[in-house]
Amino acid sequence: MTIIGLVIVSSIIILTLIGPWVSPYDPTAINVAPPPNPSPPSADFPLGTNLLGQDMLSRLLCGGSVMLHVALLSVLFCFIIGVPIGLFASYAGGMLDKVSTIVMDSFYAFPGLVLAIAIAAMMGRGVVNMALSIAVVYVPSYFRIVRSQVLTIKELSYTEAARASGARGRTVLLRYILPNVVPSIVVVATVNFADAILTAAGLTFVGLGVGIDIPDWGWDLTQGRVLLPSGAWWVITFPGIMIVLLALGFTLIGEGLSELLTPRLEQ
Amino acid sequence: MILLPLLEINSLTVDYRTRRGNIRAVNNVSFTLERGETLGLVGESGSGKSTLGFSVIRLLPPPGMIVNGNIRIDGTDILGFSEEKMRSIRGKKVAFVFQDPMTSLNPVKKVGAHFVELIRTHEPTISEKEAFKRAEKALSDVGILPERINDYPHQFSGGMRQRIMMALGIVLDPELVIADEPTTALDVIVQAKILDLLKKIQDKYGMALILITHDLSIVLERCDKILVMYAGCLVEYASSVDLYRNPKHPYTQGLLKSIPDIDLAEQKLEAIPGVPPNLLNPPKGCQFWPRCSNVQEKCRIEEPPIAEVSPGHFVRCFGGGT
Repeated sequence: MTIIGLVIVSSIIILTLIGPWVSPYDPTAINVAPPPNPSPPSADFPLGTNLLGQDMLSRLLCGGSVMLHVALLSVLFCFIIGVPIGLFASYAGGMLDKVSTIVMDSFYAFPGLVLAIAIAAMMGRGVVNMALSIAVVYVPSYFRIVRSQVLTIKELSYTEAARASGARGRTVLLRYILPNVVPSIVVVATVNFADAILTAAGLTFVGLGVGIDIPDWGWDLTQGRVLLPSGAWWVITFPGIMIVLLALGFTLIGEGLSELLTPRLEQ
Repeated sequence: MILLPLLEINSLTVDYRTRRGNIRAVNNVSFTLERGETLGLVGESGSGKSTLGFSVIRLLPPPGMIVNGNIRIDGTDILGFSEEKMRSIRGKKVAFVFQDPMTSLNPVKKVGAHFVELIRTHEPTISEKEAFKRAEKALSDVGILPERINDYPHQFSGGMRQRIMMALGIVLDPELVIADEPTTALDVIVQAKILDLLKKIQDKYGMALILITHDLSIVLERCDKILVMYAGCLVEYASSVDLYRNPKHPYTQGLLKSIPDIDLAEQKLEAIPGVPPNLLNPPKGCQFWPRCSNVQEKCRIEEPPIAEVSPGHFVRCFGGGT
């Protein structure tokens, strides 16, 4: 399962990397196709064209980079924010732990996409802003998983043994607890990649994505939605499939990894 | 020059301040441990024996706190030490061997890394190579092949891991090793082997040993002195020969009667009736009176004092010495 996921994700990444060189037309240039537009798939334009006369194949080949950037950055932000807070708060315990748990749990009160839309609208367009608004939504899941792991591991004899042999709190946290938490974080991260991609697509869909001058599957979805009633199914279908594939790839990797890292699930 | 005892505990009292009330886990316990001596700390679950052990390295799990008494190591009260100073004692002067060998080693670290970490914590100037050399020596002392130093903990059996824990305990040549139920998680055969190994190592390096256990039978032949605890109180403290031949406290007598004897064909094992008291609400007077076979009127009202019935033999019972 992990292998299939890896194949999907890596081929999409490679496709996106080589996209600008192999795509037949400039993905952002308008009216590369003669009217009428949108036109269905043909020999010259294998995936058809959209309302602006752009080649859909070129846009498909180049459009992944925004998604991938946003997903990668948001997972990175989650990591940087969620993991240290989870580690320190739950290791220290007491008030700090209570307060951070309440704050993190309060994020769950909002539906994820709505919260992301609100934050993205507040911060404005751009890849980094999109990533940040997605990160805010998913930080609590990192915090939760880290916290539950730390609470378990901190009671195990080897951390107690470390303290009993003269180790500092910092050493116990960074050398004994953190390495044992990492596998679970990696699993959450891969699953979150998929969520981040879908959320990014959602943000673009409601018009909070990047500018029109950058090829983006999410933007194509938005346009395709308008054209679908008139029978132009190709504009929305192909980018939609790509987004689903990418999300599926990351989900498969995540599921596979979690099974690999927690062998008990297999039995 | 008079050599001070290695460990001296005077009227130590430890409380767990829980939301439901104060639990006195260790109640006014005193004893002395000389260099090279072995003490068996015996009691059932919740009797405060582990709490007593953790007090010695000042690592009481919260909300536990020492409310009275003092703990002297080499004549100095460690309760006044800074956390920094305490860290330099833990592992170096007083080593702790934990109960559960399956979770006492960090699963993501190789065995050798545990040693390097421990040695470097206390002697930062030592090279990794030198640390490895010492680790290999300690491992061969406990009967683990030194070439397995680069294996991960999960590649060892429970008994082997317990040996590794012991090797970690002795690698810095501590003066006192506290072993908290070191064999409880192991089967009887391995248990005997581990305990004999512990004794052998102790003889070789001359350190003092506190063996915490719920099983009186395993400490009787291996320890110089035995301290029996019940509900946080010291009930009897004597040399193991005295304790075995001449137990004074009804609780100790009950424990001894409950040890099966392999030479007797037909022996009825006697159990002590009842259960230990709830420490949130301990009985008035002697903690043991509701289960005592020899209870007197006085026992229900007053706490019995600790009396020395013969030199070095202490009993906390009104009927003591009779």
